Amino acid sequence: MTAPGATAHGRDGRWVGAALTRKEDRRLLQGRGRFVGDMTRAGMLHAAFVRSPLPAACVTSIDASAVAGSPGVAAVFTAASLGDPYLLATLDRDEFVPTPMPLLAGDQVRFAGEPVAVVLADDAYLAEDATELVAVDWALGRAVAGLAAAEARDAPQVHPGTSGNCLVDLLMFDDDRLGEIFAGAAVVVGGEFTSARLAAMPLEGRACLAEWDDRDGQLVLHVSTQVPHQVRSGVAQALGIPERTVRVVAPDVGGGFGLKCVVGREEVVVAAAALRLRRPVRWAEDRRENLSASFHGHEQRHRVRAAFDREGRILGLDAEIDCDVGAYSAYPFTCAVEPLMAASELPGIYKVPAYRARGRGIATHKAPTAPYRGVSRPQIVLVMERLMEKAARALGLGPLEVRRQNMIGPGEFPYTGVNLISYDEGSYRESLDLAERRVAEQGWAAERDRLRAEGLAAGIGYACFSERTAYGTPTMSLRRMRMTPGYDTASVRMDPTGEVTVTTGTCAHGQGHETTFAQIVADRLGVHPDQVRLRQGDTDLASYGWGTFASRSVVIGGGAAARAAEQVADQLRTAAAHLLEASAADVELRDGAARIRGDTDAAIPLAEIARVVHFQTHTLPEQVRYGLEARASYDPPGTFSNACHAALVGVDPGTGQVRLLRYLVVEDCGVVINPLIVDGQVLGGVTQGVAAALYERICYDAEGQPVSTTLMDYLVPTAAEMCPVEVIHLETPSASSESGAKGMGEGGMIGAPGCVLNAVNDALSGTGASFDHIPVLPAEVCAALAAGATEEGRVTGR
Amino acid sequence: MKGEGEAGGVTDKHQVQLRVNGTEHELLVEARRTLADMLRHDLGYTGTNVGCEHGICGACTVRLDGAPVRSCLVFGVQADGAEVRTVEGLADGDELSDLQQAFRDHHALQCGFCTPGFLMLAEAYFAERGLAPHASPDKPPPGAGEEPTEAEIRELVASNLCRCTGYQGIVEAMLATARSRYAVGRS
Repeated sequence: MTAPGATAHGRDGRWVGAALTRKEDRRLLQGRGRFVGDMTRAGMLHAAFVRSPLPAACVTSIDASAVAGSPGVAAVFTAASLGDPYLLATLDRDEFVPTPMPLLAGDQVRFAGEPVAVVLADDAYLAEDATELVAVDWALGRAVAGLAAAEARDAPQVHPGTSGNCLVDLLMFDDDRLGEIFAGAAVVVGGEFTSARLAAMPLEGRACLAEWDDRDGQLVLHVSTQVPHQVRSGVAQALGIPERTVRVVAPDVGGGFGLKCVVGREEVVVAAAALRLRRPVRWAEDRRENLSASFHGHEQRHRVRAAFDREGRILGLDAEIDCDVGAYSAYPFTCAVEPLMAASELPGIYKVPAYRARGRGIATHKAPTAPYRGVSRPQIVLVMERLMEKAARALGLGPLEVRRQNMIGPGEFPYTGVNLISYDEGSYRESLDLAERRVAEQGWAAERDRLRAEGLAAGIGYACFSERTAYGTPTMSLRRMRMTPGYDTASVRMDPTGEVTVTTGTCAHGQGHETTFAQIVADRLGVHPDQVRLRQGDTDLASYGWGTFASRSVVIGGGAAARAAEQVADQLRTAAAHLLEASAADVELRDGAARIRGDTDAAIPLAEIARVVHFQTHTLPEQVRYGLEARASYDPPGTFSNACHAALVGVDPGTGQVRLLRYLVVEDCGVVINPLIVDGQVLGGVTQGVAAALYERICYDAEGQPVSTTLMDYLVPTAAEMCPVEVIHLETPSASSESGAKGMGEGGMIGAPGCVLNAVNDALSGTGASFDHIPVLPAEVCAALAAGATEEGRVTGR
Repeated sequence: MKGEGEAGGVTDKHQVQLRVNGTEHELLVEARRTLADMLRHDLGYTGTNVGCEHGICGACTVRLDGAPVRSCLVFGVQADGAEVRTVEGLADGDELSDLQQAFRDHHALQCGFCTPGFLMLAEAYFAERGLAPHASPDKPPPGAGEEPTEAEIRELVASNLCRCTGYQGIVEAMLATARSRYAVGRS
């Protein structure tokens, strides 16, 4: 996994670019991580929720009186006894229908699993026992369990006042010329592309522990979250209390993938209970709750047409994008996050001259959705990569040539697309060229042909894409969210012994920021990364920040930390100049000391400067007295990472199981801060993308009952389903990033579904079948193989 | 689960005696209490994490008399008289074991929630294969004598779920440890 160019970093005494093993690992490997479920308090109560067994119902009565006598029970709350609080996520757009999410459902439940009451008891087992004693009378309603049902003429409306259950309807782009373009095109390709509902499925489910702190006059909420400040805002807004009176702390977080970048109603209920009872309350969801009653994502249907000329150039693109967003908008992002992303970014890396896109969010009686890893990019990349393949086939051209013909090429950056997005410098062409070369070097085609000669279906697929990362407010504000995320703020402080503490509003949950932020700051201050400690996930320590999601942290949080560190470096240089009787411009910070350039003898340890600044501050000039500390913010417009994925798959003829045989990622995330961590993000992302392509789907039956509520039904891939993945890095530094790095937390997941789907279709090319949906299931592959064996029968997926 | 406290009921308390990482413990637990909850909440061994509570993810894997078990599927009372090993017992003080160090070197963990389960799974398997950290060469167990293969390790890793890493680092770390222990055992 060495990369051309990667050795340019991690040299010259720089820590950025070095494959440092992680600071986080030691405690986690010894079982000394601190997850919420590991924390306990004297007198702590355990929360258990009473949940609706029905997807659509009126609550005609709820009687919790029997609970009071149950062993160990301290309290029970319903919507009425809590005062009907709710979380409200909203956009300032006329096309948007806000859907307040009650902390506990009152007279209406809108999905199976929605909580209607909470029991607090001394023991988690007793709390769960007592939930069975809450008597609820339900009047069963008619559920809408999917897009077709939601759009039907006589469909019940999940929320009153909507039409076709539409919560948001955005005609993002239009072009009068499209009719003419399609009429005159050499070829028009398209289809209906669908992707199943997915669960983020972090190994640690959602969990929290709330306690009242009399001394600080604060409710302290320890929560497994990606976004501590947004949890604080959500709690404060829902309970009508000042934000100062809430402190949110994220300890070690066992994965998030977007599930934990929204605020869960249960977390706020637990906070409310602790506030009322003045006793610590802990809650940890079980896996069934996680799979059926938290948040899902990615359930989309794209109806798309694309016009091409004879040479394979795309002329026009027309898309109707519908997202099944479930029962409510999640706080703070809203249910518009998927349709907005899909409609605004569909053209991707391709130069589309004319574009129309309508994106809608449709409510159903299913669990609400949150921004699960990739957010619509896996779908739009799949759509574009399928269109390129279809156009090539229709025109008799090479599919990679059609891509090259259309992608933004070298020398064309920055490129402003038909979607008004400005794409900064990337290596779209180079990554495809390199992937194609590597695939040829390794003889993938020969391997495929050998398998085919043995009578096995096998195929090769590609996906080329870019992904916008590090959305600052200049970009996020286009969504018109009532709460617009994007910036972040960091502080850097050196103590009297020369050790450094960095605070950030970002909040890692597996990404290794304790290590990468230390690398970034160490370079600015001339210290060792071991001397830099990152403090994150605590709203009392850090300035208001937006947490970790959307591949934002190293660019935005790391950029803020770099800026703050640069200010502290200036303070150190000024103090050193005074102590060494030199000019600050001649001072450099390196290897733990301030040195005069060109003078090997003139040096002073940074710890000595730090000592003087704190303990002999009166001896220094006014501008460097009283400490070494700075605070800085960063709010970039965003920057595009890019990649090319390639996959070789084989099909088991007996079971229809698609086997991943080889997988290659050529990716460019700008300057690589830590190649070990970048590779880890890519490999994990690819696995989730392969899961989306071949294995995972959250199913509901026609009545709206969730039927994928265990890990026996929701098929998370194991090591046996994966093959080794090769990762090659290109480095096109970003100008919109302090460190030159681009975000890269999602790319693996974004490219893999389309890439694997193309490989499956290549494998089935002899059968006449092709699929435009994910996941492709073994039974469908078997049917395709059987039809292909008997005749040139055309099999469409579903 | 109802606990009316009748004779033989799930909420009846039972005396349990066990050794965890060499330390003796004696406690009263309800019949229905899982080994995972007993270890975590009654005895304070919170290094073992609970990921699914239905025996699929393997995050809660511990060794019960040497064998790997899903501690969410074992009741605490079933560990009466047993020797239990958890992740807390792997390192020597602050010195990581070779397996833990390999996990670090190969970036075999990200959020770290599943990690204790994979570590205990690996050590149980290595012990079966005669690849325990300080295996006695006198009594080679069945399966010993052959160098571990990647396919064998990948199949082992497929016992548990990880959502962050894509497993590649875990396979590499376990394979590297198995091979180096194998080489030491042969030398």
